[in-house]
Amino acid sequence: MSGPLAGILGGPPPPAPPRRSDLGRNLLATVALAVVLGMAARVIELRPLELVRDVGNIGIFLRGYLHPSFGNICEYSWQCVVTVCIALWGTLLAFFISVPLGLLGARNLSPHPVVYFAARRAMDVLRAVNEFVFALMFVTAVGLGPFAGMLALGIHTGGVLGKLLSETIESIDPGQAEGVTAVGASRLHVIAFGVVPQVLPNFLSYVLLRFESDIRSAAVIGMVGGGGIGFYLWDTIRSFKDGEAATVILLIVAMVMCTDVISARIRRAAI
Amino acid sequence: MSSTTSPVVVLERVGRRFGPQVALAGVTACIRPGEFVAIIGRSGAGKTTLLRCLSRAIVPTEGAVRMGGQDLRPLTGAALRTHRARVGVIYQQFNLVKRLRVLDNVLVGRLPHLRGWRRVAALARLFEYPQRYIALACLDHVGLLARTWQRTDTLSGGEQQRVAIAKILAQEPQLILGDEPVASLDVANGALIMETLRRIATAAGLTVISTLHHVEYARRYADRVLGLRAGHLVFDGPARDLDESAIREIFGSRPETGGPDVELAQLPEPVLVPS
Repeated sequence: MSGPLAGILGGPPPPAPPRRSDLGRNLLATVALAVVLGMAARVIELRPLELVRDVGNIGIFLRGYLHPSFGNICEYSWQCVVTVCIALWGTLLAFFISVPLGLLGARNLSPHPVVYFAARRAMDVLRAVNEFVFALMFVTAVGLGPFAGMLALGIHTGGVLGKLLSETIESIDPGQAEGVTAVGASRLHVIAFGVVPQVLPNFLSYVLLRFESDIRSAAVIGMVGGGGIGFYLWDTIRSFKDGEAATVILLIVAMVMCTDVISARIRRAAI
Repeated sequence: MSSTTSPVVVLERVGRRFGPQVALAGVTACIRPGEFVAIIGRSGAGKTTLLRCLSRAIVPTEGAVRMGGQDLRPLTGAALRTHRARVGVIYQQFNLVKRLRVLDNVLVGRLPHLRGWRRVAALARLFEYPQRYIALACLDHVGLLARTWQRTDTLSGGEQQRVAIAKILAQEPQLILGDEPVASLDVANGALIMETLRRIATAAGLTVISTLHHVEYARRYADRVLGLRAGHLVFDGPARDLDESAIREIFGSRPETGGPDVELAQLPEPVLVPS
């Protein structure tokens, strides 16, 4: 061999990378996954053959939905507006809940590990408890209606947004914040100058995404007395008014599509 | 600029460990007001650790750092912020807030000087005219007045470092620390930054302590050079004494030309020779 490589090659062979028995490990993992999935299938009574055999019944069920009745469309449309209003205020409430929780629950900003732990656990609770449960809770205080639904939605989404905010804060460029800390600025000034400009675009994007998801949640929260179109969805389906239910479902689909499009436009324009 | 005299900086057997690793050991030096001090040494020799002990970003594990007679170690809360306010730091990566306008980044330097409602208003990035005037004058001093309203990340590296200098000018520090301020800049921009620092320091009688990768920068701009090797101070003298044998003592061999000799090959981390 000649050329520049000649002097480099020919030394002792490089050490082989340490090898574990990947084959055995992968096989074991595959078998374990298969066993877990099999047991889970028994638990959920997975019977694909019955689905194939009786799939026609779904057609019979849906036949009633093919003829939407537009008699009450004004009332349903108004309830869609109510639903959007619930989501708007719910997202706003969530924003104000998430900012303090997110700041205190970010590891690199929290004043004390105990505060960090408490804020994290508080956000866990808000996220873990479904908005339906919160709605049932608030109904006892403020009665049936959109107000209870908005409170429930805001509290739950506050936990979700707080978690997203704290994760965003933890992933900021620490150098940019250090440049503010180094001049002797107070903690709040460091947040205002070093942290907010870095997290604002992402956080606003998260808020808008959650608004879209809040619309979908608000559309069903009426089932438990939270106001909005959800009550009629539940009521028409339960009383087998298939035509009415079809109208409600169509309206919900239209509403979700519209808000998603508008929200995506705002996100692109603002960020 | 106020004509404050810099405090005397005293390093008393300063040592710093990170776990079992000794980054700095027994560094003793006294830096007089108005000196321009360069800290040189290989990557991993403890330059940045020493500098971070001075800015009180970290606390030495042994010895003491005194500034104007004040021991920095016990500082917390408001006293620590007061210390940081009198020390202006410029960084290799500029550490400006990229999404803020240039003017806002310079105004960051004014934050420690605000009192009462002005502190609260600053949370919404509202500053009254005298503060903005100072910031604009500082920007003008580094020749970047035309960039005032631009987003900071639209500027080139050299321009961003000049914004960082305007920021610490606005901060009115008693001491300037540089953490490899020219390591990520080209030669022309590096020289411009060093000359600006030198000019500011001379005009206001400020002490400058800066780590520098290139021996040439230290020779040309520093009054005094501290050479670190594996955490130990192996050279302390005027820049003109930085001869071949001193360089060999600090770096093991000349960094620009030297191939890896036996001693360098034993260093724990890969040796990066600046080109």
